Amino acid sequence: MNRVIDDPDQVTEGTLRGVLAAHPDLLVATDHPRVLRHAGDRPKGRVGIVTGGGSGHEPAFLGYVGPGLCDAVAVGEVFASPTAKSFHAAFKEADGGKGVACLYGNYAGDNMNVKMAAKLAAKDDITVRTVIANDDVASAPREEADKRRGVAGEILMWKAGGARAAEGADLDGVIASAQKAIDNTRSIGIGLSACTIPAAGKPNFTIEAGKMEVGIGHHGEHGIAVLPVAPAKEMAGLMLERILADLEFGGEDVSVLVSGLGATPLMELYLLYGHVDEILRAHRITPRFRFVGNYFTSLEMAGVSVTVTRLDEELDRLLRAPARSIGLTVAG
Amino acid sequence: MAETVTLADAAPIATEIGAVIIENQGLLSEIDGATGDGDHGINMAKGFRLANERLGKKSFDLREGFATIGDTLLGDIGGSMGPLYGSFFTDMADSLEGSDKLDRDNFAAMLTAGEAGVVDLGEAKVGDKTLIDVLVPARDAFAAAAKDGKDFAASLEALKAASAEGLESTRDMVAKLGRAARLGERSRGTLDAGACSANLILQALADGLLKRLHAA
Repeated sequence: MNRVIDDPDQVTEGTLRGVLAAHPDLLVATDHPRVLRHAGDRPKGRVGIVTGGGSGHEPAFLGYVGPGLCDAVAVGEVFASPTAKSFHAAFKEADGGKGVACLYGNYAGDNMNVKMAAKLAAKDDITVRTVIANDDVASAPREEADKRRGVAGEILMWKAGGARAAEGADLDGVIASAQKAIDNTRSIGIGLSACTIPAAGKPNFTIEAGKMEVGIGHHGEHGIAVLPVAPAKEMAGLMLERILADLEFGGEDVSVLVSGLGATPLMELYLLYGHVDEILRAHRITPRFRFVGNYFTSLEMAGVSVTVTRLDEELDRLLRAPARSIGLTVAG
Repeated sequence: MAETVTLADAAPIATEIGAVIIENQGLLSEIDGATGDGDHGINMAKGFRLANERLGKKSFDLREGFATIGDTLLGDIGGSMGPLYGSFFTDMADSLEGSDKLDRDNFAAMLTAGEAGVVDLGEAKVGDKTLIDVLVPARDAFAAAAKDGKDFAASLEALKAASAEGLESTRDMVAKLGRAARLGERSRGTLDAGACSANLILQALADGLLKRLHAA
């Protein structure tokens, strides 16, 4: 695979340099080389929001730092959790005296590093509470929802938590809203080709030509079925079938997010969205918020993910609130 | 044969452990490549190389050596192995607070503290095909030998044997946690890379202590 890189072991460093050079109005470097902070004022007198995760998912995670979203981000190596010290440094950057909400995805490495970092932060008298996204319906059965991985649904969690913090809610309130957002969100992906960690040089999983993996994870984790590639309409049907079976609807409106995994053209994402919209409306479910684009990727994996969030009055208000970042801007 | 080693005399063991990990970088990555992403050796060697560089610039005893290793792994190695081994060494160092020597009983307590740190963080159980499958039987064998009245050296020999057996036991296990878990049944038949590095660490630690117990 031909890539636009320098030293394969320095891809993360190079990416951070570029992001900082491109978005000085949004992001600034900190004393910790793997932590970026929002360029504006520190969150004085309100709850700070931190996220973090491996690189290779851009615009996640650093692309969701900005007003109305996250205050600081810990950046890991490609597909690897940030270190405990990185999360700890991010907590310090985001602390405005009212506690820090760490909103991240359910992966073994992230769980351990956040846990260690929260212990370190306790010694600095910073209160850290977490919401752990687990929106991927394909990664474990419903009875084992705590084992499910976090994927693109994390964006809705950041949006809800960030908006609530901006409203001035206390840490309990911010945590409750972020948790509510993720509890009402379900995602599923379809992978069409593998991806390669630059430093590894070869993919550590494969998807055969002509096949698609339904339910694939953001790092190539196994899905629930490998099938011949189907028309977009059938893909939309397969994905929504799993999501709707998992999330019980009582006539609520929804937010829908269709994200490319990296190598799938925007054209195809819109094509898929057309089918998703139609199927939802046929189920008498109205998409009130619609996001189509490369919101949460997996290097150059081809494929797509669909994320549906069931809305109530509060989530509607929080999603509508103004926000600005590389990945998501809401005019308000 | 001595029954104790001072932490000052045992200090070089901290860098000897790192040297063993660095020497076995290729082996660890090769084992990891069979079921995971093949970076275990790279990450572990990177962490211990940094720790040994830092230790090369100061004088330290074994407790401070372990604290530096723990700090380096927590600070510079992400993923799962940084916090797991970072906790292992940090918690062992914490348990030595206030001691100036190692004997059979505080070694048992140190190992228990390190193992508890790993279990608390990783939530793995024996049989899940992880480093726990080495740490738990090694700790138990040492404690059992000590309870039988064996001396420090004999108890360390029991630990070495149980650690090696624990590593071998992972060959026939199916991975339940971590990246290898996605392979399910296909993870059977290969050793676990984390168990392999845990065995290298325990063997180097026990060998280092035995050498000094025999020399005294």
